Amino acid sequence: MKELSLNILDIAQNSVKAGATLINIDLTETDETLEIAIKDNGCGMTQEQVRSVMDPFFTTRTTRNVGLGVPLLKMEAEQTGGSVSIDSSAGADDHGTVIKALFYKNHIDFIPLGDIVSTVAALIQGAPDIDWVFTHKKGESSVELDTAEIRTVLGDDVRLDEYEVIKWIEEYLRDGYDSFT
Amino acid sequence: MKSLEELAAIRERMRGKVVLREGSGDIRVVVGMATCGIAAGARPVLNAFVEGVNKEGLTDKVTVSQTGCIGVCQYEPVVEVFEAGKDKVTYVKMTPEKAAKVIEKHLKGGEVVSQYTIAAAVE
Repeated sequence: MKELSLNILDIAQNSVKAGATLINIDLTETDETLEIAIKDNGCGMTQEQVRSVMDPFFTTRTTRNVGLGVPLLKMEAEQTGGSVSIDSSAGADDHGTVIKALFYKNHIDFIPLGDIVSTVAALIQGAPDIDWVFTHKKGESSVELDTAEIRTVLGDDVRLDEYEVIKWIEEYLRDGYDSFT
Repeated sequence: MKSLEELAAIRERMRGKVVLREGSGDIRVVVGMATCGIAAGARPVLNAFVEGVNKEGLTDKVTVSQTGCIGVCQYEPVVEVFEAGKDKVTYVKMTPEKAAKVIEKHLKGGEVVSQYTIAAAVE
C-alpha cells in the first residue's frame, strides 16, 4: 500500500463484514511512533483464526472475511521495527476484535499515513448504519469524530451516506487537521 | 470551522428530498473495495463516482456503493454497473478520469463505454 490510511480502510472493512455495529479507529502518535488501533464488536475470531489471518499463505481460501490485509499491515509495521497484535474473542455475549499496529515513524521504511480523511469518509459512505468513532491524538492535538453524535443531529430520516453529510464529515475532519501539529 | 448548526441545516434540506427518492435508484454503481481494489487505487475511483454523480445531479437515479473482492484482482480497480432489465457492465482498471467518462457517457447518456469494460481488456 502507498499510504497506511489505505491499510486502515482495508482492515476496517473486515470489521464491517464481521457484523460490527460499533467500530473505533484510534490513531495515537508520539514523536517517534504511530499506533493504529481498530476495534470492533463484530463476531470475533477463534485463536486458530487469529493465527491464520496473520499468515499470508494460510488465508485466502480457508478463512472468511479476511484476506491479505492483515499480513500486509504486519509486514509494513515490522519493516519499521514495529509489530501487530490481534486480540479477539468469539464468545456468545463477549465478542469483537482489536487489531493494533505499532510503527516507528523515523524508520526509512515507514509508509506515510496519507489521506486518512478520505479513508474515514469512504468507510462511513460504505457502511452508514454502523457507529464509527475516529480519534487521532498527538500530544495536545486531537481530531475526533463520532457518528452517533452526527446521527443525533440528523435524526432518523437523513442517512449518513447522503452526499452533503459525507462532505460535511470530510470538511469537519479537514478543519480539525488544520490545527493539528 | 464546520458546525453542528450546518449539519442541522443539511437535515432540514434533505428531509424534503427523502420522500422524492423512495422507489428510485434505478442504477447501482458498485466499487470493489477489498485489499486488491484498495491497493490498486479504488479509493479515488469511489470518490470520483460519489462526487461526479452528485455534480451531474444523478443522485435520484444512481446509487454508489462498495463491495468486497469481485474475483478479478488483476483488473482492479473494478466497478460494476447494475441496471434493471440490462446486463451487468464490468469496468476494469478504473481511474478517476475513466470514472468521469463513465458518468458522462453511461450513467447520464445510457451508452456503455466499451473500451473500459472487462470484455475489451480480455481481448
